[in-house]
Amino acid sequence: MSGNGVSLEVRDLRKSWGPVDVLHDVNFSIEAGGFLTLLGPSGCGKSTVLRLVSGLDEASGGQVLIGGRDVSGVPAASRNLGMVFQNYALFPHMTVAENIAYGLSIRKVAKAVRQEALARVAELMALGELMDRKPAQLSGGQQQRVALARVLVSNRPLVLMDEPLSNLDAKLRAEIRSEIRSLNKRLGITVVYVTHDQSEALSMSDQVVLMNSGRVVQRGTPKALYERPANTFAASFIGTPPTNLLDAADVRLPENLRPGRGHDGDGWLVGVRPEALRFATGDETFSLTARIEAIEYEGSISLVRLVAPSGARVVMAHPAAETLVEGEQVTVGWDREATHLFSKAHGGAIALDE
Amino acid sequence: MNKRLSLGMAFVLLVLPSSLLVAFTHYPAVRALANSLWNNATSRRPSRFVGLDNYAALLEDEKLLQVLINSGLYALGTIPLAIVLAIGMALLVNSRLPATSLMRLSFFMPTMLPMVAVANIWLFFYAPGIGLASQILSSMGLPSVNFLGSTETSLVSMMVVAVWKEAGLFMIFYLAALQTVPVHLKEAARLEGAGSVRVFLDVVLPLLRPTTIFVAVNALINAFRLVDHIIVMTRGGPNNSSALLLYYIYEVTFGHRDFAYGATLTVLMVVILGALAAFQYRVLDRRTHYQ
Repeated sequence: MSGNGVSLEVRDLRKSWGPVDVLHDVNFSIEAGGFLTLLGPSGCGKSTVLRLVSGLDEASGGQVLIGGRDVSGVPAASRNLGMVFQNYALFPHMTVAENIAYGLSIRKVAKAVRQEALARVAELMALGELMDRKPAQLSGGQQQRVALARVLVSNRPLVLMDEPLSNLDAKLRAEIRSEIRSLNKRLGITVVYVTHDQSEALSMSDQVVLMNSGRVVQRGTPKALYERPANTFAASFIGTPPTNLLDAADVRLPENLRPGRGHDGDGWLVGVRPEALRFATGDETFSLTARIEAIEYEGSISLVRLVAPSGARVVMAHPAAETLVEGEQVTVGWDREATHLFSKAHGGAIALDE
Repeated sequence: MNKRLSLGMAFVLLVLPSSLLVAFTHYPAVRALANSLWNNATSRRPSRFVGLDNYAALLEDEKLLQVLINSGLYALGTIPLAIVLAIGMALLVNSRLPATSLMRLSFFMPTMLPMVAVANIWLFFYAPGIGLASQILSSMGLPSVNFLGSTETSLVSMMVVAVWKEAGLFMIFYLAALQTVPVHLKEAARLEGAGSVRVFLDVVLPLLRPTTIFVAVNALINAFRLVDHIIVMTRGGPNNSSALLLYYIYEVTFGHRDFAYGATLTVLMVVILGALAAFQYRVLDRRTHYQ
């Protein structure tokens, strides 16, 4: 596995199906060997982007540059990339070995070389005794590993993955998640990964591209997306449970707090992550008073569901909620740094000024 | 809980359909087997048990040999051709070409026509001198051929008619099967560098195998079962060159009124068909992937 990755850049990518525009000017890039995730709710266009990069569909506008070379008009087979499909797309009538070596036999790779490559990925993906089985005789996790092996056997520098873990159970998902990440690091291949699962995106990626309705909402490192959401969509899509979005009237803010850049004169919303909330005294700024409606025990934390006097709901993640009583009136506060302001009109983030 | 059916009602519901089966399928079959062991009754002497005499007569029957060879050629010629044509038409109709629904209709049309009507249409096509086939030949400067009237061409002419009628039906089966082939599999093969021919041969065709078995068995049955066009067009002639097994059975039984020998031939046909179907299933099944 020589496998040095290639860089990928997507410029002003557009796609229309007839009169319907499904992608609007998508831009992002990832350096060689990087791990980029396209994240978004279903139907946001993330898989479409992947198909345009792969060449399986043709873009209506914009460019895809692989290793700096514009691949518009280059057929999928010549783009030198591999793809892992959501349902693995293993050929059901071929054995595992035949599945993995299929691309090599198409390209008329010599038999000895083929055997060697096959043995290598079999070891890498721990497929040893499965090579003669048919896909139907494998578990979901094993099928997934065969699909990965099929992509890895050709030493493609760029690998696209379309929600590869969504058909697996939670435990396997975590296992294969770290396996994929370590393959990316070890082999130096560039990975573009599509998922709707924000925790997958945060834990695996170097770069996350958050999409909604065919547009890029925010691009950046997982940390940037988590700590500085660009708008209410990013704030509520990333993190579980989602960010609390509160009306300014429900919370106590310092007198001198002024919305800064990005404010358009209409009202604003205050965003606070559930895990940033803590119990506080009544006279603190950056706090609110609410009644405990329910407590959900989740092991390492408990989710405390609160109702503000206005009826607004607030969720708080608390490490030890055993002493709390439902129905009790409490004050919760947070740090100034944990405060996000968003425009009420368009949802965009607003800077904090004093 | 569903209400339990009363025993009397269950009995009625069971007896009605099974009596139909017995009357029209099982009794005639058993009767044919029994008849084949007796000779024909005449007005002067009743039928009497002759054991395997009728079967011995099969071996001496030169016309039967000719008919069996005809049937074999007919099956070998029509089945593969109809299957290949059906797959080709299904691919065409399943493609993104314009007017696929018009194509689908015109490919399927022959199937909807009764065989007797098909035979009449083809009688016009084959008519020497004035028929479409003759006109095409003469426009290319070739001499006119009496398709139905010469021993060299009559069987082939019957095969063309059968393929023309059957391929449309098989196309529908293949079309349904093609539409269940997952798009992702074809895309995965494409990404690995397979051209459309390789995608078809490596991915699509293996997944069509169950359909191919089904169609092949049906085509085999039809090759022995459908003789309407022969009755209408050639009556097995000239000189038995287009006579098939079932047509021969019909001729012996109802033409010569030799019921005993007809029954013997029927038993022979059932044995041949059963053996062929068993063979087809065993050979094809072993290498088939069922989803």
